[in-house]
Amino acid sequence: MLTNLFDGVAYGMLLFVIACGLSVTLGLMNLINLAHGAFAMAGGYITVVLVNRMGVPFFAALPLAFVLSALLGLVMERTLYVHVYRKSHLEQVMFSIGLVFMAMPAVSFFLGSEQKFITVPAFLDTRYEVFGVSMGAYRLLIILVCGLLAAGLQFIVARTRFGSQLRAAVDDPMVARGLGIRVDAVFATTFAVGSGLAGLGGALGANLLGLDPTFPVKYMVYFLIVVAVGGSAGMTGPLVAAILLGIADVSGKYYLPQFGSFFIYALMIVVLLWRPQGLFARPGGR
Amino acid sequence: MSEPTTRAANMAEAARALRQVSRAKPVEILFWLLALASFLFLPDQYLLLNEVAITGLFALSLDLVIGYGGIVSLGHAAFFGFGCYLAGLLTKFGVPDPLMGLAIAAVGTGVLGFVTSFLVLRGSDLTRIMVTISIAVLLGEIANRLPGLTGGADGLQGVAPGLLLGRFEFDIFGQVAYGYSLAVTFVLFLIARRFIFSPFGWSIRAVKQNALRTSSIGIHVNRRLVVAYTLAAAYAGVAGALLAQTTSFVSLDVLAFHRSADLLLILIIGGTGYLYGGLVGALLFKVIQDFLANLTPEYWEFWIGMLLVALVLIGRDRVTGLPAMLIGKFRRA
Repeated sequence: MLTNLFDGVAYGMLLFVIACGLSVTLGLMNLINLAHGAFAMAGGYITVVLVNRMGVPFFAALPLAFVLSALLGLVMERTLYVHVYRKSHLEQVMFSIGLVFMAMPAVSFFLGSEQKFITVPAFLDTRYEVFGVSMGAYRLLIILVCGLLAAGLQFIVARTRFGSQLRAAVDDPMVARGLGIRVDAVFATTFAVGSGLAGLGGALGANLLGLDPTFPVKYMVYFLIVVAVGGSAGMTGPLVAAILLGIADVSGKYYLPQFGSFFIYALMIVVLLWRPQGLFARPGGR
Repeated sequence: MSEPTTRAANMAEAARALRQVSRAKPVEILFWLLALASFLFLPDQYLLLNEVAITGLFALSLDLVIGYGGIVSLGHAAFFGFGCYLAGLLTKFGVPDPLMGLAIAAVGTGVLGFVTSFLVLRGSDLTRIMVTISIAVLLGEIANRLPGLTGGADGLQGVAPGLLLGRFEFDIFGQVAYGYSLAVTFVLFLIARRFIFSPFGWSIRAVKQNALRTSSIGIHVNRRLVVAYTLAAAYAGVAGALLAQTTSFVSLDVLAFHRSADLLLILIIGGTGYLYGGLVGALLFKVIQDFLANLTPEYWEFWIGMLLVALVLIGRDRVTGLPAMLIGKFRRA
């Protein structure tokens, strides 16, 4: 029971780190980006190549996955995404699905279509028993890293100068520009950091979530759930939504395996009917 | 001129203008003549054309939702798949008549569309996307978890529709199949066209352009959307039923996400909001898909994706506006 809870929290934390970038670009910047999972996949595959092929230590590969995915995000934002911010939602959907359709065959072309596993250090395979709760070291690491990241993000968005610039740029780009905020740069940075975090999450979660070329489609709805259910009132909403989703998914599959993911989707529809703007909507926000 | 006469004259003028727009154009007649010609002169392509006709009808139904209703749906396969399973199961459980099956599938899917339409009325585009995807996934899960009824992952076997109109048997070359699908698509197209150019249809378009203003002149916005969504669902159900009957097989694939995504692509290629977009798009998509699949059997999706990205970046209007522009020229001529 508690073990399931623990696994669910780890899973949810992972979903949060991958989806938090999306919650800003989609929830705040109003850009429907269905290709977000592709950045997570990129991070996962970067780590696979670094660790398994080049022998880079796992803990050195994680920051690299972040940096490289962020760079990829930055390049994509500056060259492609920047043109679709102002397009209709339908066009954003088409555009990002197009990117997903490109990413999947590209990955299977270069790296094969079978599932990949990252070789992690042996000590991460151990399990600890604390008060009868069996905790895997790997999941403990995930919770630790993701928890720190979540706290850091909340601090950045809510307390720093960059955070207030971001919030201003989102609320009213025109006025923000008039105040001398470089809105384009703020958006580009945000997009890059979001992609980087997705990449880091993909790297951390590769062995847990299963890394193969269908990854962006398989988890697309999950990331969207985190954003849609979490709402756009800062980082707390998505975090709560992600952890709830993680717990619900893990325990749902454990206790009611015959229903599969049925439970999750039904729950999400109910939540969205009850609160169409998500659990934590920002007053006056979009 | 007194006030009432001016108003009457204005209304007559408006009615005349609307009639003018709704009149069948030479291009449209040519389009359907070409479709008829394909049935008469392309006997070795029947199976492919059958698929195109069905996909075209399916895309037409999505056009009613997106192009006219303005609801971005990423789960339209839910209705297609539901109609598909319904028609397939009907042939197994005592209703072999294809037209009867079609009618039941249309009504059944329409009811499903009506019920779920209330879920997509609320919220933003994101909420709608999420809800439509989820409905499709939910149905997929149900179909997957009921192997006794649907055959689960193995697909529904033993779909055996009876004779069409009591006379024509579905042959392996797909002649009857294509004729049947084409005829159904044509009839449903005419109905959709009549619907779109009716006063009710115009009010739906008004809703898409500005829901707030439309409601302020006394048009019930949600009611319009519910009707459009329900009709579209029934159309998608018929398309699915046609697939089940003409291919005698139903697999879980009919509910898959990529089917909804591909459909959106088809509609984008063909263009939204002029009814022919789905039909034209289905044909173009099939041609492109065949071409790419021959070129790179494993990686054709990549090029489809690139096409999508390019379409959005270059501007849909500039690429797909070409046929619309030509039609516009005809209109003025």
